[in-house]
Amino acid sequence: MSAVMERRETPAATPVKARRSWLTRKTAPYVFISPFFILFAVFGLFPLLFTIYLSFHYWDPSTGLGGMKWVGFENFTFVLTDDWFHKSLYNTFWIALVSGVPQHLAAIPLAFFLHTRLSRWRNAVVGLYFLPFITSTVAISLVFTSLFSRDYGLINVLLTQMGQWEVAGLRPLSWVFPTENIDWNDPGYTKWVISFVVWWRYVGWNTVLYLSALQTIPKDLYEAASIDGASRRQQFWHITVPLLRPMMFLAITLSIIGNLQLFEEPFILTGGLGPGGTSIGGPDQAGKTAAMHMYATAYIESDFGTASAVAWLLFLIIAMMTWANNKAFKEKS
Amino acid sequence: MKIMHAFLLSAAMSGSVAAQTVTLEVASFPDLDRGIKAAIPLYQEAHPDVEIKLVSLAFGDHHNAMTTSLATGSNLPDVMAVEVGFIGKFAASGGIEDLSKPPYNAMQYQDQFARFTLPQATGGEGNLAAIPVDIGPGALFYRQDLLQKAGVDESAFSKNWDAFIDAGKKVKEKTGAYMVAHAGDLKDIIIRSDLEDGEGIFFDKDNHSLVTSPRFEKAFKVAKEARDAGIDAKVKAWTSEWTEGLRRGQIATQMMGSWVAGHLANWIAPESAGLWRSKQLPDNVYASWGGSFYAIPAKAQHKHEAWEFIRFLALNKSMQLEAFHKLDAFPALVTAQNDQFLQQPIEFLGGQKARVQWKEAADRIPAITVNKYDTIADEIVNAELDKVLLHDKDIKEALADAHKLIKRRVRY
Repeated sequence: MSAVMERRETPAATPVKARRSWLTRKTAPYVFISPFFILFAVFGLFPLLFTIYLSFHYWDPSTGLGGMKWVGFENFTFVLTDDWFHKSLYNTFWIALVSGVPQHLAAIPLAFFLHTRLSRWRNAVVGLYFLPFITSTVAISLVFTSLFSRDYGLINVLLTQMGQWEVAGLRPLSWVFPTENIDWNDPGYTKWVISFVVWWRYVGWNTVLYLSALQTIPKDLYEAASIDGASRRQQFWHITVPLLRPMMFLAITLSIIGNLQLFEEPFILTGGLGPGGTSIGGPDQAGKTAAMHMYATAYIESDFGTASAVAWLLFLIIAMMTWANNKAFKEKS
Repeated sequence: MKIMHAFLLSAAMSGSVAAQTVTLEVASFPDLDRGIKAAIPLYQEAHPDVEIKLVSLAFGDHHNAMTTSLATGSNLPDVMAVEVGFIGKFAASGGIEDLSKPPYNAMQYQDQFARFTLPQATGGEGNLAAIPVDIGPGALFYRQDLLQKAGVDESAFSKNWDAFIDAGKKVKEKTGAYMVAHAGDLKDIIIRSDLEDGEGIFFDKDNHSLVTSPRFEKAFKVAKEARDAGIDAKVKAWTSEWTEGLRRGQIATQMMGSWVAGHLANWIAPESAGLWRSKQLPDNVYASWGGSFYAIPAKAQHKHEAWEFIRFLALNKSMQLEAFHKLDAFPALVTAQNDQFLQQPIEFLGGQKARVQWKEAADRIPAITVNKYDTIADEIVNAELDKVLLHDKDIKEALADAHKLIKRRVRY
């Protein structure tokens, strides 16, 4: 036995090769790709499965893993019949629509304009439009919080100065502009302010998406159209818009997913959690989105089971909306 | 062979000497961590074998991190700082040592702390979760110049809530400043008034909500009156609107823990030094805002050393005075409260000996019990108050709805 082993060992592999024996031509690809799968399993798959498990339990995390209690579908029935969830969902859809629709209505003509009219400065202008998208949400929200500040904000200063502008003892603009500071924290304005910030932030992103799609449309089409005597407007409606459809589908899908998960902007604009303040989402929870509701359920109420149920219901709603969007685009084409 | 043996033995011994140095991990948050930083060199003089590693995170992050650590039972520090708002939750968790039991037997120190603090740190099962270090006796801070300008009688404006609101109207009319930052602040004080030892703010002993009681009715009514009188600035504390309002003299009074004097003097409104004064809360109310505690997780590595260190921080008079001096952290330790330091005038408050007044408040604050569902109840009551303030919802109806919501949300 030992003789056999000795014979094998002596002439064959050098120690280096022996150590690497597990890394063969067959295993190497798996080894090299494994970091992704390991990271995905730890940070992606496990939390995903864990939240499904959690959504059927009651769990206050400070009681440790032993404190979990099986409750079946109770969390889901609780959330579905919960007024706060309904309200946050209503807010989410409201903001998603009011910020989302104008985003595309502005981005498509803007992209068309950039594509056709600007040649030399195009990249610089595109860069400017894209800037809000890559800037930190927190920074943006804080800047807008101070802009929309009731007593010390720039927006109120500008608006009231217009409103109070006097010509011969009269205030000619006072019927359009306010003469007194507007309280942007008032629940009537909260959703508008959030929608505006979200719109401002993502309009550049959508413009870039549409611009890249425009660049794939063959120039011959436009040339042929202009030879046939089509105006720019006609070219836009009959060439650009139809050929942009695939990109519209993608951009709207991304908007639906993003807007239904809205969290940072409304969270910071409505004052976050702030110790000893009023309820989360600003006065009367007017700016509380579904994602914020989920956060509050988990971190204020320490009810991670219900929060997981909210997360999965939100996932289902987003999936349904995406499916409907898919359907709508397919049917028309 | 013998030499070799001796060599090994000495190596082993030096190894064991090195192992005796204990590294104590302390988790805290700003500004409380400054007190610990100051304590470390002093503590190490007497305990050279203990090394202290301080991990300090932002207030919210610290408590989230501690919640996560308790959830998984890993990464737990030896000494855990806990703010009063989280005590109820952590005390009910079962992941924290009961300090009333041996080997700690902390109840023997009961008389050494402000009397409301230990009940604050006691969980539903009578377990003592933490030891207090600083407290926040509530006070009414006001801008003397604004009140004088408005012709308000300083000695009487806080006698009761009617007088307070009347004064607010005068201040608004004469100076343009708001009396308070938010009408909800008044509600927060009134729901804490007229409580007796052993009572809870939102819940009684059997977890029944108390929000339909006259206490809450009065709180909502006064808040609504303040809103209707136009004397609240409608801004939340700690927002930039709030600090800016205080800085520019647009908010005439602020009711909070005595520690807010330090914040005002240091960063919020240093240029208004000498204009502020402190007074007891209106309507003879004594309430506390905030307060910091130290706890030992059940899975801590070095419980004995942790307990020694906590005792050093909490029961050592000079340590407590140091924190008082540097951080305006009002000591929980009675001997520190009786120190001469209290008699010193505070320049920011126009030379007022306000610490004596805060001590008087601290003695009268009732020992209210905490409940792990307090945060939920607070959130619900705030949401209903919004409806009363903004949409004129009937107060009785709002409180009945709050009661229903609390019952619904406290499910388990």
